[in-house]
Amino acid sequence: MGGKMHRHHLFWPLVVLGALLLFNLIYSPDFFSLAVRGGNLYGSLIDILNFGAPLILVSIGMTIVIATGGIDLSVGSIVAISGAMACLTISKGTDPSSVLLVIGAVLASIALSIVLGMWNGALVTVTRIQPIIATLILMVAGRGIAQLITSGQIITVSNSNYEYIGAGSLASLPFSIFIVAAVLLIASLLTRRTAIGLFIESVGSNPEASRLAGLRSRTVILTVYVFCGLCAGIAGLILSSNVSSADGNNAGLWYELDAILAVVIGGTSLNGGRFYLMGTVIGALIIQTLTTTIYMIGVPPEITLVVKAFVVLAVCLIQSEAFRKTLITRWKKRNYPAEQEVTRHA
Amino acid sequence: MQAPILQMTGITKRFPGVKALSNVDFRLFPGEVHALMGENGAGKSTLIKVLTGVYSIDEGTVTIENQAVSIGGPLEAQKAGISTVYQEVNLCPNLTVAENIYIGREPRKFGRILWNKMNKEAARLLKERLNLSIDVTLPLHAYSVAVQQLIAIARALSISAKVLILDEPTSSLDQNEVHQLFSIMRKLKNDGLAILFVTHFLDQVYEMSDRITVLRNGELEGEYLAAGLPRIELVLKMIGKDLKLLEELPKLSEEAGAAAGSIMITASELGRKGAINPFDLEIRKGEVVGLAGLLGSGRTEMARLLFGVDRPDQGKLLAGESGSPVKSPRSAIELGIAYCSENRKTEGIIDDLTVRENIILALQAARGWLRPISRKKQDEIADQYIKMLNINPPNPEHLIKNLSGGNQQKALLARWLLTEPELLILDEPTRGIDIGAKAEIQKLVLSLAKQGMSVLFISSELEEVIRVSDRVAVLRDRSKVKELGGGELNQQQIMQAMAGG
Repeated sequence: MGGKMHRHHLFWPLVVLGALLLFNLIYSPDFFSLAVRGGNLYGSLIDILNFGAPLILVSIGMTIVIATGGIDLSVGSIVAISGAMACLTISKGTDPSSVLLVIGAVLASIALSIVLGMWNGALVTVTRIQPIIATLILMVAGRGIAQLITSGQIITVSNSNYEYIGAGSLASLPFSIFIVAAVLLIASLLTRRTAIGLFIESVGSNPEASRLAGLRSRTVILTVYVFCGLCAGIAGLILSSNVSSADGNNAGLWYELDAILAVVIGGTSLNGGRFYLMGTVIGALIIQTLTTTIYMIGVPPEITLVVKAFVVLAVCLIQSEAFRKTLITRWKKRNYPAEQEVTRHA
Repeated sequence: MQAPILQMTGITKRFPGVKALSNVDFRLFPGEVHALMGENGAGKSTLIKVLTGVYSIDEGTVTIENQAVSIGGPLEAQKAGISTVYQEVNLCPNLTVAENIYIGREPRKFGRILWNKMNKEAARLLKERLNLSIDVTLPLHAYSVAVQQLIAIARALSISAKVLILDEPTSSLDQNEVHQLFSIMRKLKNDGLAILFVTHFLDQVYEMSDRITVLRNGELEGEYLAAGLPRIELVLKMIGKDLKLLEELPKLSEEAGAAAGSIMITASELGRKGAINPFDLEIRKGEVVGLAGLLGSGRTEMARLLFGVDRPDQGKLLAGESGSPVKSPRSAIELGIAYCSENRKTEGIIDDLTVRENIILALQAARGWLRPISRKKQDEIADQYIKMLNINPPNPEHLIKNLSGGNQQKALLARWLLTEPELLILDEPTRGIDIGAKAEIQKLVLSLAKQGMSVLFISSELEEVIRVSDRVAVLRDRSKVKELGGGELNQQQIMQAMAGG
């Protein structure tokens, strides 16, 4: 029974997340406490979910791209562009508190994100540029596009309806959590209830054999980049609405790297093939918890990245079966030095 | 007679579960071209890898110029005077010609590379030994594959020059390039070099080689003088048949003619440069057409054209009753064609998926992603085919990569049978499968044909081809040379056509 649990793909990510939470609990006993203020729940756990929402969204899209054997480096830039587009639309409106204006802004951002995803997908499928280079183009140029939209300024908006997306509450929980849940649900249904999940895994695992089995691999690949762009776009909306402003330079900075990390921690191989959406969500939560922990225990800001790097390295090593095996063999050898001696002489 | 420069005696090489070479003798004389022949799994490449130090030897000895040597790795092989040029040129395309020839052994002074000296020597080497005057300062990729091949030979010569192994050097060259290579091989031979020549082209074997060694199933079949070994004898020795002992095997397929229905697929003057010369082929409904030919004769290339995997550069291919052209694998599938590839690892199975997912993949692809096959239906299908084809272990949730080759093959067969094709192309469907399963697959093919399915059956095993086929098309050296049917369909006729000449 224990052996079976061991082999489940969510086992190690959950262990790591549990260990992080346990550390927090020991360090600050009121970490798990939730308070109700003004009808809304407050607490560190809620913060992790709330602030982690954009990363989870981006990571979900990234998972599906990586499953096809690709990668999308441009998600951070799409986050910035989407936020900039929404804030620009709202700031240009005559009635800054109108609901219609917010809907228009959201639709414009999402449409733009889809177009950007198509651009990535077209570069990969039509011009056959390697995904890492194809998306690097938008990663770099995207920051410029975001600056262009905001004219190099930070656009600040004050529209309570727009704020609701990233800072509002529903049933005493942050609204962003519901957005993430909805996207996760849709992604799970699409990939597990239709055949698209099978096609993605097939194309990612063996593109040539998939072609010979009659799969339209180009369409599949184009679709995953569009979906990834869409996820990044929604993340951009949450992020910019949370602070009621759009910063073309810094919004979503390094998100692509955190997202890739979340995917890998979640158990999806960078070589493509099998993918695990729930694993990715846990991976993203691990990263967000880690960030919160580092702030909470008061690591000096100049070394937070180094601390984060070491924890991530440890997480990756724990997940690696080869590493665990080596560790165990070493441990056993150390316990029985005499036995080793005998075999060496024999 | 001179003493052999290279003598291998009693070479045995085991891999887990297989004896790749058992007690093989091989010798090479200076100033000769020696062809090494054998079908798939005969042990040719193992012998070459043993000789070049890629594999270690389990038993046996190697002597070079009467000195026993032990070859521990490719570097030691080079030091012993053995150099190899492989089919795919393995040089660095973005380095210059001279750099490629001298890489790792550049002439230096105080650690500085003497570029001028290197370029001059490279040019001189190519001119003197290979009659090739080219600019050695250009990158390798500026030259054709044939010239790259010669540069690889030049590199081999500059390292050591006693034994040169050419492993299928001609398979990616056109006629003129082959002639150029041959004239250089003759020159090197006259210079006293011993050349081991591996090729699948019978014509080239007889054009170039003085002596032929035939391997079969990891054992030495014999060493012969090329002049004293008729082609048909060579083919018989490679396949392991004795002409006198050939009996007519009971034929399972019914006589053609009566069963032949409307035309399923027509290829006219279909061809692709470097793959297969233009051919005509017609397959009718309910007919089993066999493809016979030695390894490398163009069987797989023909199948790939018919399924739209590769694009033909000439000719026409029409499929189905409507006579639509085949543009891609997908359009082929839509026209009712299925293709079970010979390379199941790279072109067949999807490693990461389960047996069930692998089986339903082609059908699901044809249905599109919006019409998924329900899980219940998938389980039914998987169970049905696992039972029908006897797939082991009979667990549809096993990852396919953990199955044995034969069982992977059966799962792939299931994938295509599920699409209910009108024409099924089977490329070596029984390779690596045990005898019982082989007979099952042959029976299955015949029963499918009876139900009206057309089958193109490709196999190295002649008995099998003859047993199931109504008609057999014979390929030699990438051309379709003959089509045999009815009374002419026997092993002797086929082998005569395979050997040609």
